[in-house]
Amino acid sequence: MAINWFKYAAPSTFYGLAGKLIPWLAWPAAILFCAGMYIGFFVAPTDAVQSEAYRIIFIHVPASILSMFVYLIMAGYAALGLIFNTRLSSMMASALAPTGALFAFISLWTGALWGKPMWGAWWVWDARLTSELILLFLYLGFISLHASIEDPRRADRASALLAIVGSVNVPIIYFSVKWWNTLHQGSTVKLSGTSMHIAMQHAMFTMLAAMWLYVIAISLARVRSIILERERSTQWVAELAEVKQ
Amino acid sequence: MNWLEFFAMKGYALYVWGSYGIALFVLIVETLLVRHRRQITLQQLRLLREAENPE
Repeated sequence: MAINWFKYAAPSTFYGLAGKLIPWLAWPAAILFCAGMYIGFFVAPTDAVQSEAYRIIFIHVPASILSMFVYLIMAGYAALGLIFNTRLSSMMASALAPTGALFAFISLWTGALWGKPMWGAWWVWDARLTSELILLFLYLGFISLHASIEDPRRADRASALLAIVGSVNVPIIYFSVKWWNTLHQGSTVKLSGTSMHIAMQHAMFTMLAAMWLYVIAISLARVRSIILERERSTQWVAELAEVKQ
Repeated sequence: MNWLEFFAMKGYALYVWGSYGIALFVLIVETLLVRHRRQITLQQLRLLREAENPE
């Protein structure tokens, strides 16, 4: 028997599915976050070059990776909404934008706090940092453009265009350390000479997994409110148990 | 291991805890905001329902 995947493209069925999925994502996210913190602070050794300051890596690198991934997923959903005129895809794009913006902010913030002791500056106008700042502005632009247009379907189309054009910035961020001379270190993380200590890798990937699950859980939770707001005049919303009570 | 020594982070306390503290704060606030938005949305839907079907 084939599963009808399109069934879940309808906001009414997706609303219920998302509600069921959230606890299965949120709790593992919290557990992995605690495990990642434990490995990062108590198992991973002190770095020979950067001493304890390097521990910022466990939050900085996963947050930066996700700020870029979330943008691509957001632009992908926005494009789907634009091409196939599917309401749910556009709602997902709107649900992802604030989380992406927050991860871009965390990336910049932890980067500044890492840059100060290591480079002697909170901020430099170098390619990596500047393109990440542009990413944050693209998220904010997407959110404000969407909010400024009253008709939600028109808002979806206009902001989708912005998201698609802006996705050109993501490879620029990724390759910036190769294309330009920059203060930021390359993507092949080489701490203390040879390669990254195995416990450091464990901590980083555990934090990355935790943040991935967090992103999915929080955007599903947010999209449920967006669905209700935008489908408020439909029969199925009026008949929901949480609305009826 | 000495806890004071642990929290001192060999002089990098401000940078390390400043990073983790703000990141954690941002994620907790986001969770609370999403929860708040759901409550507000449900409340508005109930009001809308009452306005449409007065008993």
